[in-house]
Amino acid sequence: MYKSLAETRSAIESGETTIEGLTRYYLQQIADKSSLNAFLEVFQQDALNQAIAADEKRKLGNPGKLNGMVIGIKDVLCYKGHKVSSSSRILEGFESIYTATAVQRLIDEDAVIIGRLNCDEFAMGSSNENSAYGPVHHHLDPNMVPGGSSGGSAVAVAAGLCLATLGTDTGGSIRQPASLCGITGLKPTYGTVSRWGCIAYASSFDQIGPMANTVEDCAIILEVIAGPDEHDSTMIQKPSPAYSQLLKSEGPVKIAYFKQYIESEGLDTEIKAYVLQLIEKLRAAGHTVEELEFPYLDYVIPAYYVLTTAEASSNLSRFDGIHYGYRSKNATDLESTYKLSRTEGFGKEVKRRIMLGTFVLSSGYYDAYYSRAQKVRRMLRDHTNNILNSYSFILMPSTPGTTFPLGGKSSDPIQMYLEDIYTVQANLCGLPAISIPMGQHSNGFPFGVQLVGGASKDSDMLAFAARLQNDFV
Amino acid sequence: MHSNQYESVIGLEVHIQLLTKSKAYASDPATFGSHPNSNISVITLGHPGTLPKVNKRSIEFAVKLGLACGCNITRENQFARKNYFYADLPKGYQITQDKTPICTGGTIHIKTNSVDKDINITRIHLEEDAGKSMHDQDPYDSLIDLNRAGVPLLEMVSEPEMTSAEEAGAYLTEVRKLVRYLDICDGNLEEGSMRCDANISVRLKGDPNLGTKVEVKNMNSIRNVQRAIDFEIQRQIQMCETGQRIDQETRSFDAVNGSTFTLRSKEKANDYRYFPEPDICPVIVEQSYIEKIRSEMPALPNELHKRFTVDFQLSEYDAGILTENKQIALFFNALSNLTSNYKAAANWINGPVKSWLNENGLEIDSFPLKPAAIAELISLIDAGQLNFSIASQRVFPEMLKTPEVSAIDIATANNWIQANDSNELQGWIEEAIAKYPGKVDEYKAGKTGLIGLFMGEVMKISKGKADPKTSSQLLKEALDKA
Repeated sequence: MYKSLAETRSAIESGETTIEGLTRYYLQQIADKSSLNAFLEVFQQDALNQAIAADEKRKLGNPGKLNGMVIGIKDVLCYKGHKVSSSSRILEGFESIYTATAVQRLIDEDAVIIGRLNCDEFAMGSSNENSAYGPVHHHLDPNMVPGGSSGGSAVAVAAGLCLATLGTDTGGSIRQPASLCGITGLKPTYGTVSRWGCIAYASSFDQIGPMANTVEDCAIILEVIAGPDEHDSTMIQKPSPAYSQLLKSEGPVKIAYFKQYIESEGLDTEIKAYVLQLIEKLRAAGHTVEELEFPYLDYVIPAYYVLTTAEASSNLSRFDGIHYGYRSKNATDLESTYKLSRTEGFGKEVKRRIMLGTFVLSSGYYDAYYSRAQKVRRMLRDHTNNILNSYSFILMPSTPGTTFPLGGKSSDPIQMYLEDIYTVQANLCGLPAISIPMGQHSNGFPFGVQLVGGASKDSDMLAFAARLQNDFV
Repeated sequence: MHSNQYESVIGLEVHIQLLTKSKAYASDPATFGSHPNSNISVITLGHPGTLPKVNKRSIEFAVKLGLACGCNITRENQFARKNYFYADLPKGYQITQDKTPICTGGTIHIKTNSVDKDINITRIHLEEDAGKSMHDQDPYDSLIDLNRAGVPLLEMVSEPEMTSAEEAGAYLTEVRKLVRYLDICDGNLEEGSMRCDANISVRLKGDPNLGTKVEVKNMNSIRNVQRAIDFEIQRQIQMCETGQRIDQETRSFDAVNGSTFTLRSKEKANDYRYFPEPDICPVIVEQSYIEKIRSEMPALPNELHKRFTVDFQLSEYDAGILTENKQIALFFNALSNLTSNYKAAANWINGPVKSWLNENGLEIDSFPLKPAAIAELISLIDAGQLNFSIASQRVFPEMLKTPEVSAIDIATANNWIQANDSNELQGWIEEAIAKYPGKVDEYKAGKTGLIGLFMGEVMKISKGKADPKTSSQLLKEALDKA
């Protein structure tokens, strides 16, 4: 099947297929591979209508930028008239009455929205096992996890259920599953893509981003969804560049990598060897790749969890059984409505994080946890930005290992949290980062390598990622 | 009870609902009195994925109030979340300000029979209102109206520097006057657009330590705030006197029997888990912006009061009444530009104009005459063409009926112009003297009080047109000569 929008477009141009035909093909694929549990819902009729309209527009000679692209959206993105649940029971039956800016911009450029994708509940998890609607299975082995939280989004692309997807990334939720499933996943600079209509996990970390087979497809999707939006006041107010037109990168660049990250005990030795080998290849090609000390690896996960759970505990307060979504049938008054609805409506990991976040914000503990974590965040941001003033990119593994068995880490939250050890730094610092598939492990499963770029330098990062993709892996 | 051994310490928290067109963090209308749940967008409803956006007008209103009170205006305004669960709070948190209130410092000046002092302001911060829960509208369910949810509020917190209900009343009256002058709030305690919570404690006179404070809520008029404070002071003194411990708690005022009752104790108080609102970037208030607002500030009651007493030489009393209401003060101020007889202007406003407004139940906005019309009346009187009673009782009512016709035209048409012509006057005087020859002798014999009788006659004959001042002078001369 076509692996990129360019390939798809030329097939359509040559008359080999139509967007309607493609959409029907993907709908069939989704049905055939329903055991992967990647899609929570397929928007069959709406998707076909969009496909027919997109074919019309192409024939009339005014196709949108995403004409020909069939895309799935993570189940945290609102789409008017469609259900959205964050893979949680607490939003059972809830239908959004408005559309997320990112989704609307896709539609405006002729994308076909084929369905909503399974994920960890409220985007909390690294294996997609925390969904109230069952885990997503790795497309290469149903006993293995796809990573998370955008597990459905990763598998849908990897298994060819659609051409691309939108995921969200709070601490690695795009890049980690992209790495585990062998696709490309981009987390843009914080403030590049509007969060309007994205069900919040941790507001100061969340970013929507594309997941696709190629860097080029990620770039064109970002180009469509990026840019100021009056609904989201935390956005960068400058117009975003035409990323897809800026993918040429020439000449030698300066890249940093962190000694502590490569020498970390948790890193799979084979992945480590691959990364070191890549570094040598880059040097051989004339790039400067330097090893730096970055002795803060032990702080990133704790700081991340203190801050994200604090924000989450507040963001998830609105799911209270009063106004919409799930309400316990056993509730008898206001207090029991809250307690029972939330107890029954939220899954275990979500409750764990709400409790943790409530604790770190409570009086008497605030300074010891929340304030201190904020200081760590500032320190990490300052150090990382300093490095990115002298180097164009930081190169690191995307994940410490490849996929792991379902249930393999779910009994040990700390082990699970360490899945994101290489990805949370970009979120803590608000920086753009991309995971591109690097190769195949001897265990048969894929893994990625990650580039972290300077703030708002998504374009430079994408251009170099395209070089990595085309020339080095 | 030895209540005179105690002193009370009172601080007030005033919630000021802002008259912005839209809500604090959403574009839906902030209108009062709409059909329930009609002013609600996905933001107000707290739907998943929605984000707040700061209403710039609310910042402007806050800066206005801050400047009017002489506060420091905070440059970098962070917003914070105050987390608690309630049915009329759809997000599960209120967006407010915690560590960086938009205004700090500043004062409200109060004047009562016993004190004349400044009350210091601790802080003024921006926040959003909650919706309304109604528990008495339906036999089975509580009903929620979210129209008010997200309406912008300023919370103004005073230092605990008031010592009586009277001072608290004066403070609230001043704050209400100020927000109305600034046009940022309609200041209606009954409808809840201005709300007041009182923190009250008592201590033995001379004790440097503050007593345990009790917060009292739900008072919907200045009078009720005062009643609640009086009740609470007496209750606390009684508890001290009988050796009982005063608990830190929140109490509610019951207007029916004038008492307070426990709403919640401190043990049950929420831990609000304030933290910076990650969905809103800090709002920077630039000095140039502050200066622009300062340059557009309307005249404030204190300034007008000073102007009226110092520049216009009006009495404290007159100036006080004139500045009580912004529109009246502005009307007077406009009038003062058209006449230099300020005392007469004040008398007109505080007399005939206000009486007419009261009788008709109208505000000065609906007064049919322009300040220039009153100025004309004053100048006609000063020129001796009208006397005050003709002007106020005849010309003024006619002008109100036909505001487009000038006073002089009305007076001329009705033949009310006061005769200054001494020939005509002389004629009326002679006629009057001729009518009571006996009284002329009595007058000449020393019964000078009889001049009133002759004056009355002159007025009668002239149908009120005789200028009293000139007439009485001429009458005296005529009587002496007679």
